[in-house]
Amino acid sequence: MRRSTTPAHGAAPVHLGMPSFPRAAAEAVHDRTLRANLRHATHTIREKRAGAVAELDDWDRLREAGKRIKDHTLRHLDRYLEQLEEAVTGAGGAVHWAEDAAEANRIVTALVKQTGEREVVKVKSMATQEIGLNEALRAEGIAAYETDLAELIVQLGDDRPSHILVPAIHRNRGEIRDIFADRMGRWGRPAPEGLGDDPRELAEAARLHLREKFLRARVAVSGANFMVAETGTLVVVESEGNGRMCLTLPETLISVVGIEKTVPTWRDLEVFLQTLPRSSTAERMNPYTSMWTGTAAARARDGDGPRTFHLVLLDNGRTGVLADDVGRQALRCIRCSACLNVCPVYERAGGHAYGSVYPGPIGAILSPQLRGIGSDIDASLPYASSLCGACFEVCPVAIDIPEVLVHLRERVADRGGAGRRLEKAAVKAAGWLLDHPGALAAVERTASRTRALLPNRPPGAGAWTAERELPELPPEPFRDWWRKNRT
Amino acid sequence: MTPPEPRACHTPQSSRGRILARVRAAVAGAPEAPEPARDHLASHAPGDPADLADLLHANLADYRAVVHRTDGPGLPALIARLLADHGARSVAVPDGLPDHWLGDADAERRTDEEPLTTRRLDETDAVVTGCALAIAETGTIVLDGGPGQGRRALSLIPDLHICVVRAPGQIVASVPQALPLLDPARPLTWISGPSATSDIELDRVEGVHGPRRLEAVLLTGAQR
Ligand code: SF4
Repeated sequence: MRRSTTPAHGAAPVHLGMPSFPRAAAEAVHDRTLRANLRHATHTIREKRAGAVAELDDWDRLREAGKRIKDHTLRHLDRYLEQLEEAVTGAGGAVHWAEDAAEANRIVTALVKQTGEREVVKVKSMATQEIGLNEALRAEGIAAYETDLAELIVQLGDDRPSHILVPAIHRNRGEIRDIFADRMGRWGRPAPEGLGDDPRELAEAARLHLREKFLRARVAVSGANFMVAETGTLVVVESEGNGRMCLTLPETLISVVGIEKTVPTWRDLEVFLQTLPRSSTAERMNPYTSMWTGTAAARARDGDGPRTFHLVLLDNGRTGVLADDVGRQALRCIRCSACLNVCPVYERAGGHAYGSVYPGPIGAILSPQLRGIGSDIDASLPYASSLCGACFEVCPVAIDIPEVLVHLRERVADRGGAGRRLEKAAVKAAGWLLDHPGALAAVERTASRTRALLPNRPPGAGAWTAERELPELPPEPFRDWWRKNRT
Repeated sequence: MTPPEPRACHTPQSSRGRILARVRAAVAGAPEAPEPARDHLASHAPGDPADLADLLHANLADYRAVVHRTDGPGLPALIARLLADHGARSVAVPDGLPDHWLGDADAERRTDEEPLTTRRLDETDAVVTGCALAIAETGTIVLDGGPGQGRRALSLIPDLHICVVRAPGQIVASVPQALPLLDPARPLTWISGPSATSDIELDRVEGVHGPRRLEAVLLTGAQR
């Protein structure tokens, strides 16, 4: 069971009893298996990504194009959403609008109930995790089966995801073997006798376990990586083929997608289909990408794909993010997870410390904006960073994560008492996390960076910086440390 | 880019109306976003069609597809051999697949004229398809459900997928060159190697839910 709850006002769930980032991170650092798993995984993917990106001479231009396409879309999001709705509807789909998690869950639950089914298969989707859809369905007696291998590991292990792309990155092969051997039988086909821990064997066990679910499924729930306003086309990028199974075999498909996933034109995909695979899995192209437009396929040829398609457009705090001049750039995110893989704080703290389905640097700027800074965890997230800038460097849509972090720190500091307390704890934890004498100084440099970014700020407005006497610091100590230690 | 004209306002009391109103309020004072420059490259690959086939071949192989080359007269024997090598006793045949492609094969042919059920496909060892196009730079084959490609389920459920790409005619260099040739109204499946996962310690493992074996055939020269 994922220990989360949906608050009354219907925003994203905060994991129950979730301590603030410093406490959660401190616990994570003591977990040696977790640290070793994370370190191994992030370092492997980091180098591969650099290689995949280096193959394209025009990477900087693609990055700039991605950034501008997203900014343009966001600036006119109302019109593109209307255009998208018209195109999807014209192609035989139905479009629903959900202001918050509770409404989205209600809509999806009602749609599933209409089919008379009691189970759904799911393609990995951040949006449905964000709204706690599986829990909402379960409360109504509907079983939701995750079909992505990592999501299956998380679901069978009563666990929470810790990485955007590889949600079970905190588990090593031995742990995964044990989870499969113990738990698969409770949900369906048990793991083969004498299951070993070779990844090939584990993947085969997942294949067999899920096959029967795919073949009998009548309803699927997905997210989408992109929605093309001009054509009404949805795009799902994946590796395993579980996406293709879910998008193709069931009779009813329900896609829950954040409103910021819109791109204006078909042609715009040429940018993101080049930058996303190389940034996320460090591949020239991911094994499978599916694109569909309403129910056009099923109508053109009997039985090719779902006959019924529902698109649920999700706000859940996104329009609030859009209203923030500095913070809105977080909505450009294409969820590649490159920023997690290069983040020294993520590597040490692990994904769970971020207390949200969005871990790492993107989580540190997205969760406090989507959910507000009311809780300890959300208020401490903007401090879960050394501001080294590695996340910005790798981001394929050039989100200046350090800039947004600094901006959010000011908002937290402006809260006064509680904000100050959290800030102190978080700064201390971050420095200690980084496990290096230069690290704490680097955190202090945050302050000078804030000043540099906001030269015209009236005195007192940025409490976090204004109240602090800055020590003399050697130039960029953390960056030096980082460069030496980054691979 | 010019954004579409605003539509007439719908009921502001609905969730739809409230979300759109919040979007409008949020961006009302925001500066106009600069036009995307789109000065990225149309292709990163050499222009010579022969080189493109080589690049496609190399990139498909890099992601563990097995790549073969043959000309038209050699195709039926090659397909027959691939099916036999994998021990495939049955093969799904999409509508519009040229008859002679399977002319030498011993495997039982299961046509889709009377649509094959999911269960029946699960008991079918292989599928042979053509494609809409292939992208050399990324090692990608795109299916669009056109003649010889069939419904998406056909190229998904059987464990062996033999896919024929006409070279050089169906090969483009890059993603930017592929998109204008594809029709978004058709169901599109982009395939770059067999099914894979990196979910266990980020080690790439081939073969999860999609076909575990992808045999790509580059059909060159005389195509009959
Ligand atoms: S913020 Fe950038 S790097 Fe991080 S997941 Fe989003 S797109 Fe990728």
